[in-house]
Amino acid sequence: MTTTEIQTVLKKFRNDKTRLVDILLEIQSENGFISKQKIETIAEGLDISEVDVEQTMSFYHFFSCKPRGKYTIYLNNSLVAMMKGREKVADAFEKELGCKFGEVAEDIGIFDTSCIGMSDQEPAALINGKVFTNLTSFRAREIIRDMRKGMEVEEMYANTFGDSKNSSKLVRSVVRNHIKRTGPILDQNFQTGKILQKQLALMTPEEVINEVKRSHLRGRGGAGFPTGIKWEFCRRATGKKKYLFCNADEGEPGTFKDRVILTEKPEMLFEGMVVAAYAIGASEGILYLRYEYSYLKDYLEDVLDKMRKDGNLGKNPAGIKDFNFDIRIQLGAGAYICGEESALIESAEGKRGEPRNRPPFPVEKGYLGFPTTVNNVETLCSVVKVIQNGGEWLRNMGTKDSTGTKVLSISGDCLFPGIYELEWGFSINTILEMAGAHNTQAVQIGGPSGALVNPDQFDRILCYSDLATGGSMIILDESRDLLKDVVMNFTDFFIEESCGSCVPCRNIPTLLKNKLTRILEGKGTMKDFEDSQNWANMMQINRCGLGHTAANPIITSLENFRHLYEDKIQKHKDFDSGFDIASAVAESCEFVDRDPNI
Amino acid sequence: MEKKVTFTIDNKECTATAGSFIVDAARKNGIYIPTLCNYDGVKPAGSCRVCTVKVNKRHLTACTTPVAEGMEIEVDTAELNDLRNAVVELLFTEGNHYCPACEKSGDCELQALAYRFQIMAPRFPFQFNERDIDASHPKIYHDHNRCILCKRCIRAVKDKDGKSIFEFNNRAKEVRIKLDDKLGETLSDELALKAMEVCPVGSILVKEIGFKTPIGKRKFDRIPIGTQETTEQLSHKEEHHE
Repeated sequence: MTTTEIQTVLKKFRNDKTRLVDILLEIQSENGFISKQKIETIAEGLDISEVDVEQTMSFYHFFSCKPRGKYTIYLNNSLVAMMKGREKVADAFEKELGCKFGEVAEDIGIFDTSCIGMSDQEPAALINGKVFTNLTSFRAREIIRDMRKGMEVEEMYANTFGDSKNSSKLVRSVVRNHIKRTGPILDQNFQTGKILQKQLALMTPEEVINEVKRSHLRGRGGAGFPTGIKWEFCRRATGKKKYLFCNADEGEPGTFKDRVILTEKPEMLFEGMVVAAYAIGASEGILYLRYEYSYLKDYLEDVLDKMRKDGNLGKNPAGIKDFNFDIRIQLGAGAYICGEESALIESAEGKRGEPRNRPPFPVEKGYLGFPTTVNNVETLCSVVKVIQNGGEWLRNMGTKDSTGTKVLSISGDCLFPGIYELEWGFSINTILEMAGAHNTQAVQIGGPSGALVNPDQFDRILCYSDLATGGSMIILDESRDLLKDVVMNFTDFFIEESCGSCVPCRNIPTLLKNKLTRILEGKGTMKDFEDSQNWANMMQINRCGLGHTAANPIITSLENFRHLYEDKIQKHKDFDSGFDIASAVAESCEFVDRDPNI
Repeated sequence: MEKKVTFTIDNKECTATAGSFIVDAARKNGIYIPTLCNYDGVKPAGSCRVCTVKVNKRHLTACTTPVAEGMEIEVDTAELNDLRNAVVELLFTEGNHYCPACEKSGDCELQALAYRFQIMAPRFPFQFNERDIDASHPKIYHDHNRCILCKRCIRAVKDKDGKSIFEFNNRAKEVRIKLDDKLGETLSDELALKAMEVCPVGSILVKEIGFKTPIGKRKFDRIPIGTQETTEQLSHKEEHHE
């Protein structure tokens, strides 16, 4: 891209520095990286300093200031990917290319990446933004050979396109939905535009909020804040303008339900956004879509266009007077933390995705300082059904404190991984039976930030007052080494995904990892066990949800699988320095060709 | 007239201007809450977590949370003091801090807090993280070994147009303060001095003025951090305000 071309991109975004993420994505799309020279041009055009451009750029996983190859492979390294044979695939890529992960050879780059939302079809990778699923070492070699021939990415698919909308003209993806059980959100009982035209148009915003409050609907992202109350706060907040965000930054390893909803029910989701915007008085909506799902962007844009044509979006949606509302799609660039609502807002403002201090809460002071509501994809879909059938209807489903249904992403050791929509209040046992899981050793509920649960607790109920979940359920059978494979993988994930702002979050997970390594190497003592517990306790003073939960893999495994640790520690030793003199001097001994005299 | 609110800190009744941050409100009432990333006159960041207090059983940073009517704030409890100590200990093990060789010794807030908390040895193992020293700048000596990533330089030092001179770079454990290539080159003496002054540790130093104040006469050489503020200085400040 020439300087003039970069300036054209900047102009397209009105030289607005709050659109920096979009600008960087567009400029990078040309050849996969952004050089220092381009950074200079961007900084100049936006009237900010170069460090301002670099602080944002360096925060996100998918931006690079160095070439990452004509083809860039991001191979998922999440737990489920590992369980399904990711290491063999990685090995094949490395051997075929003759380079290591994090490097580029023959203009092909191979990189690790956190969960890409394909846990039901792992191992999976993103190649130049396109998703490749069910990879094997055979496919890895084949893909590299295809790249050497200079093939287009889509020509490298070995399979037909996925089911339903995955094969539509604008998606053209091999991803599969694996919908195993439908409920009110995923069933066919939805007619585009009908609820907006026939029902919303006849309601006042207050009536909408009251109906949602009556339903007792709670946020489906994991935290479970009552949706109606959030809307009410935002409606009452004073601001010249209000914003509605849909959080489609589904980054919790093991969840992929939003991906399926975005693929199959985008009309419903966007209508939910119209409902929410009308309730809170928002004029602009933003769908924050994680970069990993950017293959859905054109398709989603098309749905928005149709809605505009049908009069359900833009000026006076559904013919409602004094109500104007439009939606734009904001792509992320690879950062788990952006799923936290205030980090998501920061990111949408073109900045690093660092969570904000609260107060003020986003409903008072959010995007660009205006009152902002952030709702999860599934929450907004539930809202449509609440308007359709009434709040009472939703309240009759589920349990007293958890009404309605939950869309679960089930993966791991089971016969039928996929999407299950269930009424709240089911037990873990029910799920295991439903998904065809046998010899289950443990279940990870709610992803790494949730809990590792043992069989004694399999009759526990999934609901906000017992086991709350954003929907990720990873099933682990008896063949898995829970500490080495699960807890370690999750801890690495949190180390990588911390924004780096709070002191405990930046340090404690690494220290816990070192402790766990010691224990696994058989060098641990009771002291390491106690230290881990005490140190993990420090995480409660971090600023955000990630910081609070980043030690949960350690905490919940210590709680529920204590024996695994106890088996590994040295019981008759109070202290082990962890220092082995023989191995420390081994290299020098070899060099001078002498046996150590120890 | 400014609205006043009444609240308690460790059961002591206090009053302060509504909307003021807990840390400032406490100081007005003669109570010192340790801080590190906070700096008078710039927007609080709440990133070091040293000023963590408890309000209604929840941990909050005193530098970012405004006081509200009826708030019951816990400051000086065994649990909170231990958490504060732990943060300071973590910082000592994350960076590479050799106080005797550091030019900021005696003026360093991290060191001063460690003395105040009577930390003998950190409970955490030293991480020996590899950090760079950048001495290439004509005016500034930038030692990342000593940086505690408090963002004070980012927030307090801006150029004449308000542009950032320092910023965060990278994320997680790799996060570092970066000095802007262009703006760094044209950095005025005044701003270089300011950067050194706002840095609570010895990470940003101005070249050629080392050891201007002799050891023994430095800020915290005789009086622990936090004590001056609550006595003479406070009454002095109050007079100025009125």
